[in-house]
Amino acid sequence: MTATQDRPAAEIGKDRRRKEDQRLITGRTRWTDNITLPGMLHLAMVRSPFAHANITSVDVEAAKSSPNVVTVLSGKDFGEELGACINAWPITPDQKTPAHSPMPADRVAFAGEIVAVVVARTSAEARDAAELVDVEYEELPAVVGIKNALKDEVLAHPDLGTNKSALWVFDSGEAGTGTDAEAAITEARANGIVIEREYRQQRLIPAFMEPRSVVVDPTGEQITMWSATQIPHILRFALAATTGVPESKIRVIAPDVGGGFGGKLQVTPEEWIAWAVARRLMKPVKYTETRSESLMAAHHGRDQVQTLTLAADKDGKVTGLKVHLDADLGSYVAIVGGGVPVLGAFMFNAIYKFPAYRFECQTVLTNTTFTDAYRGAGRPEATYAIERLMDELAAEVGVDPLEIRERNWITHEEFPFTTVAGLEYDTGNYEAATAKARASFGYDELRREQAERRERGDRVQLGIGVSTFTEMCGLAPSRVLGSLDYGAGGWESASVRLTPLGKVEVVTGASAHGQGHETAFSQIVADRLGVPFEDVEVLHGDTQVAPKGLDTYGSRSLVVGGEALVKAVDKVIDKAKVLAAHLLEANADDLDYADGKFTVRGTDQGKAIQELATATFAGHDYPEGMELTLDADATYDPVNFNYPHGTHLCAMEVDTETGAVKMRKYTCCDDIGTIINPLIVAGQVHGGLVQGIAQALWEEAVHDEAGTLVSGSFVDYLLPTSADTISFDVVHTDDPSICTTNTLGTKGVGEAGTIASTPAVVNAVVDAVRHLGVNDIQMPCTPERVWRAIHANDGDAATPADAMPHFHEGSLNQDEGAGA
Amino acid sequence: MIPVKFDYLAPTSVEEALAALGEHGDDAKILAGGQSLLPVLRMRLNAPEVVIDLNGISSLRGIRDDGDAIVIGAMTTHHDVRDHELVKEHALLLAKAAAEVADSQIRHRGTFGGALAHADPAGDLGAPALALGAQFVVQGPGGSRTVEADDFFVDLFETAIGDDEILTEVRIPKHTGWGAHYEKFVRVAHQWPIVAVAVTVKGSIDEARVGLTNMGSTPLRARATEAALAGASATEDGVRAAAEQAAEGTNPPSDLNGAADYRQHLARVLTGRAVLKAAGAA
Repeated sequence: MTATQDRPAAEIGKDRRRKEDQRLITGRTRWTDNITLPGMLHLAMVRSPFAHANITSVDVEAAKSSPNVVTVLSGKDFGEELGACINAWPITPDQKTPAHSPMPADRVAFAGEIVAVVVARTSAEARDAAELVDVEYEELPAVVGIKNALKDEVLAHPDLGTNKSALWVFDSGEAGTGTDAEAAITEARANGIVIEREYRQQRLIPAFMEPRSVVVDPTGEQITMWSATQIPHILRFALAATTGVPESKIRVIAPDVGGGFGGKLQVTPEEWIAWAVARRLMKPVKYTETRSESLMAAHHGRDQVQTLTLAADKDGKVTGLKVHLDADLGSYVAIVGGGVPVLGAFMFNAIYKFPAYRFECQTVLTNTTFTDAYRGAGRPEATYAIERLMDELAAEVGVDPLEIRERNWITHEEFPFTTVAGLEYDTGNYEAATAKARASFGYDELRREQAERRERGDRVQLGIGVSTFTEMCGLAPSRVLGSLDYGAGGWESASVRLTPLGKVEVVTGASAHGQGHETAFSQIVADRLGVPFEDVEVLHGDTQVAPKGLDTYGSRSLVVGGEALVKAVDKVIDKAKVLAAHLLEANADDLDYADGKFTVRGTDQGKAIQELATATFAGHDYPEGMELTLDADATYDPVNFNYPHGTHLCAMEVDTETGAVKMRKYTCCDDIGTIINPLIVAGQVHGGLVQGIAQALWEEAVHDEAGTLVSGSFVDYLLPTSADTISFDVVHTDDPSICTTNTLGTKGVGEAGTIASTPAVVNAVVDAVRHLGVNDIQMPCTPERVWRAIHANDGDAATPADAMPHFHEGSLNQDEGAGA
Repeated sequence: MIPVKFDYLAPTSVEEALAALGEHGDDAKILAGGQSLLPVLRMRLNAPEVVIDLNGISSLRGIRDDGDAIVIGAMTTHHDVRDHELVKEHALLLAKAAAEVADSQIRHRGTFGGALAHADPAGDLGAPALALGAQFVVQGPGGSRTVEADDFFVDLFETAIGDDEILTEVRIPKHTGWGAHYEKFVRVAHQWPIVAVAVTVKGSIDEARVGLTNMGSTPLRARATEAALAGASATEDGVRAAAEQAAEGTNPPSDLNGAADYRQHLARVLTGRAVLKAAGAA
């Protein structure tokens, strides 16, 4: 037994290297694709090359006679046992939701949709045979692009009669959380400043490292599905709900999963087809997508047109904000596809005290890959819009962008603060984060350099971008999610078990796929229970091991799942106390618990938790009425989201001759409450920043007019590597704003970098060339777009409409003299 | 990502490889470093019945001095081209361009001859080879012949190499002491160039050679710029004026990374910068 006094004093706050990394980095672990079962068959999918077409016939004969092919099945070969891909978040009662079969028999609605599956003894043979499946299509007109879809001329699903799926509205005047936004805008048009912009959130592809993979084993009493998923519990629920198999007969395992970023927060056609084929053949089957299939058919993210009207007085104090979003759902309303933009509804007011706010979100269907959550999910879009607008307002008023924010933000004395969107922010200190970021960045010095470069007319200009973001995360609370018509709760579950020899098994319903839960959760338990870090084993991702849970997304695992863990540990200590009192022949009230040991106050007598575990196992001596276990379960459902925030500052150099942009410096000061493991936090922030910067500069999923994905490989879908980024300056506030809705005081950090960085970068690029007449550049800010924006007014180059899209062509639609 | 099934041949001599090529003709593809061929096979964009792997032919590797030229074996990797003293001394432009090919892993597998024979107009080596007046030695059933650089690149992915021939080596006339620079314009480091300009100059400036990458269906020479630079002094204004003609006669593609007119603008700007750097004036 390990001596408890060897344990370091505090695990929380320690830079622990991640215990999972050795197996993950060396690949000596269980990924779905390297699971091989006796007699396993392999699947290959036949996918539609057309974005919209009737399936006239599927001839599978040649494929069936290909070597080692077991069978070939198309949509019409399946009945109800195939189930359906569900939408778990209908955002309005009258939402138009097209039926989403995993394999439609009659009509395909996007290029890449599955029309047949080949089952063969090897994956190579399956793939060869898939090319022999002869599908005849009758091509239908396809609708691509939000603005085209809104016209309702070409319909993504003709039977629905419209492409408009749902209109979701929040109005602070109507809700009683604020005043009327329209009135504020009218007033500002007369006596203040109105900023009107149209911003485009381009479509993105999550591009996780491990392609999706699924194995189904129908052998035995339970059917087991391994899947590279973020959501094993939700997956089990959905399989039971749609395929008629009782939940008790379903075991879902998410083994080690190589990244998700929201892209594996889905119930996929591929999973459902593998499930149906395995059940039909009563053989284990495996399907692993190719990278090309992943880019084409795994869900995409973002894709909005944001029409924004910001009203302010002449001093730049915001008086109202009106937001109209048109959001592209793609071909189907995916599991939370419609809800993603709604998650942004509460964040457009960000850290500011806006008195009036109106938000409308129109979701539309198109014949493209369906969209859903992607890191940040709704909140990056909102943050981008408002942080871009605040920079525009600063330019209009003629003050520093930090100054305009200070005029509008919630001060630290004002917390808790109920926002115009109706959320109560518990804690925060925007002044502190901004001051620290500003100092670390060298803000004033860079501003001086910027002025000098402008003065000299340097070929390379410098711009500074600001993003003072906050977000709502830690998805929970269940009641709030219910009020938004979300189909599930947001609680999380944990169990703590003591083994006979005193080791600790922790079971969590969160499902890590790269986050480092095993390390961070071990640190929490080590501190709380007073056991060595190394003695804690974190188990997750298998519904048979962790029967209850709501999985990992929305920066929820630590703030919700971590707190469930704390509660379970506390229950274990309470149970152990009864036994300790009995064995020590002491009154429980006289016992203290510290460093993993009960001691009798005023004596040298004590019992370590490990001794109590062994004693419980033996059962030789225990008090009457005690159940012989120290194990405990707990569930936690917080009463509120949590609200991490931060100030991000970015300096970009822009080559005005070529439009090339280069990052010069990036500083972020995030206030995320208590930090469990600074190293993991740094990793989350760095990775998150790169993902957000990539939206600003590089990534864009492009479909052509026919609905074919043009950026269908990494040659055209540009992911950055370490060669394209700089070392970020990541700092935190000295006196963090402790979260009040979990006892650890933690706030989510998984999405922070992605949410904050995109507007910081674009603000910097625009700032670098604002003096050349530029006030917007569409994302991604390609060199060509930057160059065309610079030369829009000098006749050197034709400026395409999408370089600087505005819904009123030309300059700002207000009095030139308005503002300071 | 699984290719269509193919037969694999690994000859150990050029003659053996040529025999295999003669036997299988159009059904065969030559495998050099595989950095372009393997992705194409795995994405099933091509499905040869036979792959003839040249990696076992040691005579195709290496760089040697041949009097007024250096000779680079077709199977020499980009990494070896970049680091070779003969290349640095006599064809500095090639060393600089080879250093810019994709990423380190690819430079260690990809080959000089393979990339040139593949003739992707966005490839980094075509423009430098053209600028240096490379001579391409191809071997067929009837023996070897030499193709001049101006005749080698025919069209998109098409060269003067016959169906029954293999590129064995490339002779690079010595440009000893010439300055050089390869200016590559990309959005991310591992990307194919949107535009790149390969420049080598004698003196400052007696003579200049300017090759353009991805400005048409083949690598191109910016001859008007070269003519304007001959005998010019390496001043910013003079060079930029000469570079204004760099896009003459080009026909670049339009794609997600840039429309043709933007690429032509880039070619002019980058040519100016590359010439100044090559001449040691920037």
